[in-house]
Amino acid sequence: MALRDDRVTLAHGGGGKAMRDLIEEVFTDVFEPPGMEDQARLEADALSEPGAKLAFTTDAYVVTPVEFPGGDIGKIAVAGTVNDLAVGGAQPLWLSAAFIIEEGTEVALLRRIVATMKAEADKAGVRIVTGDTKVVDRGAADTLFVTTAGVGVIPPGRDMGAGHVRPGDVAIVNGVLGDHGATILAARGDLALQSPIQSDCASLGHLVDAVLAAAPDARAARDLTRGGLASALNEIAGAAGCGIEIEESALPLRDEVVGTCEILGLDPLYLANEGRVVIFVPEARAEAALAAMQSLPEGTGAAIIGRAVEGHPGLVHMHTAFGGVRIVDMLVGEQLPRIC
Amino acid sequence: MCLGIPGQIVEITDEARMMAMADVSGVRREVNVACVLEGDIGDLVGTWTLIHVGFAMSLIDEEEAASTLQALKDLGEAQETLKQMAEGDAALENPSAGAEKPEVSA
Amino acid sequence: MKFASEFRDPAAARALLAAIAAKADALGATRAKPIHIMEICGGHTHSIFRYGLDKLVHEGIEFIHGPGCPVCVLPRARVDECIELAERPEVIFTTFGDAMRVPGSQKSLMQAKAAGADIRMVYSPLDALELARRNPAREVVFFGLGFETTTPSTALAIQQAAREELTNFTVFCNHITVPEPIKALLDDPHMVLDGFIGPGHVSMVIGIHPYDFIARDYAKPIVVAGFEPTDLLQSILMILTQIEQDRAAVENQYARVVPDDGNKVSLAAIADVYQKRPTFEWRGLGEIDASGLQIRPEYRAFDAEEKFGIGYAGVRKHVPEVEGTACGQVMTGRMKPPQCPQFGKGCTPEMPLGALMVSSEGACAAYWQYGGVRGTSAGTSAGETAGEAAE
Repeated sequence: MALRDDRVTLAHGGGGKAMRDLIEEVFTDVFEPPGMEDQARLEADALSEPGAKLAFTTDAYVVTPVEFPGGDIGKIAVAGTVNDLAVGGAQPLWLSAAFIIEEGTEVALLRRIVATMKAEADKAGVRIVTGDTKVVDRGAADTLFVTTAGVGVIPPGRDMGAGHVRPGDVAIVNGVLGDHGATILAARGDLALQSPIQSDCASLGHLVDAVLAAAPDARAARDLTRGGLASALNEIAGAAGCGIEIEESALPLRDEVVGTCEILGLDPLYLANEGRVVIFVPEARAEAALAAMQSLPEGTGAAIIGRAVEGHPGLVHMHTAFGGVRIVDMLVGEQLPRIC
Repeated sequence: MCLGIPGQIVEITDEARMMAMADVSGVRREVNVACVLEGDIGDLVGTWTLIHVGFAMSLIDEEEAASTLQALKDLGEAQETLKQMAEGDAALENPSAGAEKPEVSA
Repeated sequence: MKFASEFRDPAAARALLAAIAAKADALGATRAKPIHIMEICGGHTHSIFRYGLDKLVHEGIEFIHGPGCPVCVLPRARVDECIELAERPEVIFTTFGDAMRVPGSQKSLMQAKAAGADIRMVYSPLDALELARRNPAREVVFFGLGFETTTPSTALAIQQAAREELTNFTVFCNHITVPEPIKALLDDPHMVLDGFIGPGHVSMVIGIHPYDFIARDYAKPIVVAGFEPTDLLQSILMILTQIEQDRAAVENQYARVVPDDGNKVSLAAIADVYQKRPTFEWRGLGEIDASGLQIRPEYRAFDAEEKFGIGYAGVRKHVPEVEGTACGQVMTGRMKPPQCPQFGKGCTPEMPLGALMVSSEGACAAYWQYGGVRGTSAGTSAGETAGEAAE
């Protein structure tokens, strides 16, 4: 093993032997990309089917702390990219991963993150086929930034999109909401919360497949990342030009997430999730879609939470557990903890 | 000013600084208990307090809470009775009328 | 019992709403001639909208949103002073999240942070104390914002700092009191008020007797309420019952948390650390006597105003309101948010002109966020009472 340093230095980004050693031992020995050229060369039979479409997404991952209960930045990078493809009905195939590493980062940390990425990629049935590394001065990056791109294939005949949602369609989520957001808040340390919650980070390609098998005419899916369920629903309502109504009592929420929100004055509807989707299906398919979700580990807590409606186009209304109605608006900026 | 939530004191963490661990639905935070301390700090373990900006500011009186809930329950039953009486009246006046009845009493 | 969800029971809500409706009818309250109930505390404003109580109660009950939102009554000049402090290179400026987005005359604390000022959000003044311990070479300033609910916590933090002889911790004191602005509103001949929902957590500290003057001198009922929806509904029912019986008294619906005489330790800490300023500026209400607190001379080492020569210890600036806004009118219940000419036009949550659109307790934010109201209905003049406004 040529790599002897326990911390990344600027030399490791210099393009010379040190960099080659870092890339080989930490990254390519684990990811095992096909070939060692600057680009991955790939064939996909699925792409040549008439009517099939290439799905292509890109994401950047910045999270503090980079390791947290239930995952790390690598896991969310893989799962997040896979999910961005899956919610479009695509079969995720290949990912790229570029790393911007802050000088001084422990090599052992990088190894752990790469290991989780490999494990998550295997679980999701995708390969990380190409990547890049750069090292920046201390202070120029918060330990590690990861950017990805993901490629997949949408089979012919499949056309999911928020614009297809229509009144009567049923909205289903695959489990308790807000776990990831609540975990990060507690993990940041400055709020001094002790919490047993773990991130819900998960790849959902198989889950979406299962739902599409039960409901081939599923209208749209969205992952519930930044901005949470509320933002995704508002996007869909806006694109579809219909209203959405949800039931507060139907929202699956862990007690501890509710507790975290109450302490900080936050609304769980806006907390980030890294392993949650909302899928709209025609009413006739709702039970089948729900059952399909619940049959998988990533969907055991799945629940029907509401439906698209004719009224109040573009707006999301929530029937509160108390019996009233309130609007669930788009977030403006970031949700901040409050004391008032 | 107003965001206060009930939390249960589960442990004393620093007697000298009057700090204790409070539990809110399974999430815990250290809070200062100076405002609710009367006598032995250990007596606070198990009590419910109203927490605001990291301070336990008032002990929640479980008896008062129970009596408020009881008052609500009694009101519920009284309203139910009133509703049934009103429905009974309406039925007497109009034997063929359906079950629909406005919320507000006549 | 968890003391929260039990007080959100929909069945209890239905019973309360029916009882309220019966009394409102008996009193002849209608949409055109409503009973005006002011909820003083911004947290109550938030609860009312969050649970949709404004739409659920009998249409003869009109909520007048009161000035109990410490962020909303923060003058723009005060925000400017915060930023001035934060921009000093030696200062770590700590604040509750609530104040971050309030616009000053040039920018908000959030924007000052983006421009490089060391501004940190904290959950508790104790966190600011800890920052001071860990950063002996820096000056930690804590923005002491809030009514009597929050005042004891900064007082206790200052006492702790004194015990530890910290030399790098100060509080920029903006604590204010509830009874004085209520008296100012009651003395205003334009205000039409039939009863008050009293602030639950302020009262947990000061008790219920500071409100005696409301019942005794102005013959208005006041019921100190909790924050769960059934607490609010029960309190409204209690107010209507008083009106029905031609009584005016101070009642405590939130007895499970509020002791009639308040909290001894809190009151002692406040008395030890603070004294009343002769007068204090409230956004929208002007100067009110004896309504703001300053740090006593004994603790001047912990007073940011003294240490940095700012605020009431420096040259005070008066910054006028933005043209066309009606923050003061809305805050004192004389106008509903959509009646402000800037509501939804120049003033939105993304680009707020005033604190009421930013603060989670602000009436404008509540109407926008929970009520979905988007446009201004301005065309009515500023002096009309809320009761005459069309929705």
